[in-house]
Parts: sequence; structure tokens; C-alpha cells
Amino acid sequence: MSPIQILIKDLADKHGRNRESLLPILQGVVEQEKYLSEYSMVEIAREIDIPAAEVYGTATFYSFLEAKSMGKNIIRVCKTITCAMKGKNQILFAIQNMLKIKTGETTPDRMFTLLETNCLGWCHKAPAMLINNDVYTDLTPEKVREILSMYMKQEIIN
Amino acid sequence: MANTYQLKRADFIFRNENDWEKVLSDARQKKPQELINELISSELKGRGGAGFPTGLKWKLTSEAKSDVKYIICNADEGEPGTFKDREILSKVPYKVLTAMAICGYIIGAKEGYIYLRGEYKFLEDELNKAIDEFHYHCKEIKLDFKIKIFMGSGAYICGEETALMESMQGYRGEPRNKPPFPTGAGYMGKPTVINNVETLAHTFTIFKYGAKKFYDLGVQYSRGTKLFSVSGDTPKPGIYELELGMSLQDFVYEFGDGDTKAVQVGGASGFLVPRKKFKDAAIGFQGKLTGISLPTGGSMMLFNSSRSMFNVLDNYLEFFREESCGQCTPCRVGCQQLLIGIKAVKRGDKPASYLDKLLRLTETMQYTAKCGLGQSVANSFSSIVENFREEMIY
Repeated sequence: MSPIQILIKDLADKHGRNRESLLPILQGVVEQEKYLSEYSMVEIAREIDIPAAEVYGTATFYSFLEAKSMGKNIIRVCKTITCAMKGKNQILFAIQNMLKIKTGETTPDRMFTLLETNCLGWCHKAPAMLINNDVYTDLTPEKVREILSMYMKQEIIN
Repeated sequence: MANTYQLKRADFIFRNENDWEKVLSDARQKKPQELINELISSELKGRGGAGFPTGLKWKLTSEAKSDVKYIICNADEGEPGTFKDREILSKVPYKVLTAMAICGYIIGAKEGYIYLRGEYKFLEDELNKAIDEFHYHCKEIKLDFKIKIFMGSGAYICGEETALMESMQGYRGEPRNKPPFPTGAGYMGKPTVINNVETLAHTFTIFKYGAKKFYDLGVQYSRGTKLFSVSGDTPKPGIYELELGMSLQDFVYEFGDGDTKAVQVGGASGFLVPRKKFKDAAIGFQGKLTGISLPTGGSMMLFNSSRSMFNVLDNYLEFFREESCGQCTPCRVGCQQLLIGIKAVKRGDKPASYLDKLLRLTETMQYTAKCGLGQSVANSFSSIVENFREEMIY
């Protein structure tokens, strides 16, 4: 069995093999792999015995279940009204300049993917962003550069 | 009214109460009917924004006949400008858990779920610790009640109760037709109580201090207190617990930066109130005889005169276009066309009168869309276009 097949089997053992387990299984795969490949969606469909189209249809409904290959760290900058008013664009420019990618792209070393997302619920500390599951608020371009360098340093240590 | 009412602060939700075990055991001494009556007499209405009477919801579910019932805590807080539920779950989770257990006792449910939005995944571990502690206590007092977290994955529409249930059952988060309502056929087709995080936290206060204490706060038809998430152009953004019924003028006096042009009450799906209407607008549920009553899930966004209302509306419509589930045509196509339309007017490709056509489109959406998302796009659209028409054109 391939590593993904093993992962899916473990997740199905943990959450069950009925339709209600689909979302937890999809989330489990995304947590490991960062995205859902066609292969893993077909395997999930096989494991819980539903049509692959159903898996695809459900997965692509949710914005945090990516269906295309992502970098190791997914940056999601909030673009909804308060963050937009409080300088979201400067934050985006700072990240784009530092990583040399546009929104929606992944760095060549596959370290970072930059995305925009809808309201994160940190309007009182805008602008805000998520890197994976961690929240960063009250951002300034300087602060963003520091945060990203921290992630880059950690990568070198690891 | 507006001149006499002052902003009244309160501190119930975040007050640290160490006696949740006692609140739980006291409640279990009483009959379910007594507790429901208590809740009904408090006149607590749902704090997610729609304002359905909580006592009635619990009563209907308790009367539904089924061996299996569920209680769901809706923590899919996605409305732009609201962030109170996160604070409740991180600061006083035991209040929500206790309220869920009491609800379970009343309606006869043995299982509860917290649907936590994907954006709040960082809360999951802490919340699970609180749940484990709670389960341990339940075991000690021989109460058969389990709570589980179900993680969302980034979809605004899943805050709609039936979409949330679809999502929990492993499907696309598309709202169901109502009726049947969740009180009769909810999660897995079983009778289900689904309440906002804050609503559950308020029931804790009511069960602990009695309905009267809660009823005495606020104004007629809008009893009790409410958490407000204040953001935008304000010197003190944050979360504030205030009595319902205040005038928007008083609110702006307290939270504005001296140059407040408009306030968005209730997030992107709520209403924008321009400066000249502040003194006529009260924050609370419908039912007052005079003035405008604005129900809200607690999102209060302030805009000062440096902000372009076109940009604000453009941002909302982009939000709705992306978050529309796509199931019904009025909402799917309507949101796209509204966004294309206001841009065309701004560029001069369409005459100003085209805005009236777009207003009629939002009216159609209000009548024909399947759920609250499509129906409420009209709220912000019409209140912005009607009050700031010139900013839409020039």
C-alpha cells in the first residue's frame, strides 16, 4: 500500500466508514498532504464506498480543502472589509515581494503558498492572516517580514 | 427614546463562575418543563442574528417524539465583523458545555456537537481539554451525555443551520428546504436543537440567576444583554457586552472616532445606517412601534468619512459571490450580476438608472432565494445604494 492509502485507512479506522466520516477524513488527508490529489480522492471514495464524484463534489465545496498542490506553509490573508480597510493590500505586497510570488502561487521550493481568504474573525485586530492553523494579527509589512523569516529559519534548523 | 437611553454595559458572559457543577446539578433537580418555562419567561432570543425564541425552540424539540435527539452548538462564526463566539469558547467554554448538557437533559438528547469553523482550528485542543474535564465530571455524577467537536472547513454558508447539518453528514453545505425545521428533523433527520454559542452562554446565566434577572435588562421585545463585536474606524475595537435597545446615536457617541459616516449593523448581511439616521435607529429585534429596529448577531462596523461606500459594497458583494453555495439560481446568479452591475455603473458603461434595476434584482432575491444568505444580500445592497447613491456613480 502507498503511504496515502495507509493514511486514509487509518483515518477511516478512526472516524468510521460512513458518509458522516467523509469530512473528518478529507480534513485528515489535507492536514498531512496539504491538499487532495485526484489519487487520494479516488482512494477515499474506495475506502468508504461512495462514488468518487461525490468525494470531489464535497471536497471542492469547502475553501480549506484544496484540490490543487499546495506548499508546506499555506498563508491565508484576510481580505474582508475591515482587514481591507486597515491595509490588507500592503500586507499582500510585502509577502509577494519577499517570496517573489503572486497570490494563488507557490514558491519554487514549495515552502509557501499565498492565498486570500474571507473573514477570519479578527476584525478588531486587523489586518490578520493565518499560516496553516496559526493566527497573526495587527499586521504591518515589517511584522509580516519578521514572521516569514521565522518560518524560513525554522526550515533551515529542521 | 433616543435622547433618554444611555449605553448600559453589563458583565455576565465573561464573568468567571466556578460553580458550573452546581448549576448543572441544580438544573437536574428541576423538571424539564420548569426549566423550559423559565427560559420562555426570560424572552431570550437567538443571538446568532435571526432572533428565534430559544425557549420555544427547546420546547418544540422536547415535544418531538424520537429516541435519538441532538444538541448542536453553532460555532461557525463567519459573518464579517463578528468574533465574539471565539472569545466565549476560549474564555468560558464550561458555560457553553453546561448549557448543552442542561439542554440535553430537557429535550432528552445524549449527544452534543460543537461545529467549530475551520478558521478557529487553533482553539480545538484547548476546547477538547475542557470537554474531557466536563466528561469526567459527567461520569462522576452519572450523567450520560457526550460532546464532540466537528470541524468546519471554511464555508460561510455552513453557519446556516440546515447547511451546517448537511456538512456534518458529509455533504456539500447546501441549505435544506424548510419545513421540516430542525426541531422536528435536524441532524441525521432527528429532532435537533441548534443554538449559537452566545445563546447557550446566556442560558447558563438564566439557569444560574433566574429568568427575571435577564428579563429586567434590555427593552420590550429585546430582553437581556448581547455581545457586540466592534471594529472598523473606532479608537476602541473589541468585544463589549451591552443591554439591548440602545440607540445607534449613543453607540456611535461611545465608540465612534468623531467622524463616523455610517455604521454597518449585523455584518455584510445586515444594514448600513448613515449618519442622519443614527438617532432613529435602535439595536434590538423588530416589534417597537417607532423608529427602525435593527436585529444583529453583534457585528458593528464603523466607517468614517475617509471610506468609499462603493469599495465597501464591492467588498461585500465579492464576499457573497464567493460564499454563495450555488444551489439556487437567484443567489448564485444574483450575487454575480450585482457585482458586475455596480462596477459597470462606476465605470460609466451603464447609466445611473441601472442601479434601480439592480435594486429590483435584490428584491427578487429577497423573495426567491432559498436561505438567509441570498435573501439578506438585499439588506446591505439597498441600504448602501439608497443612502450613498452618488458614491456609487461618481
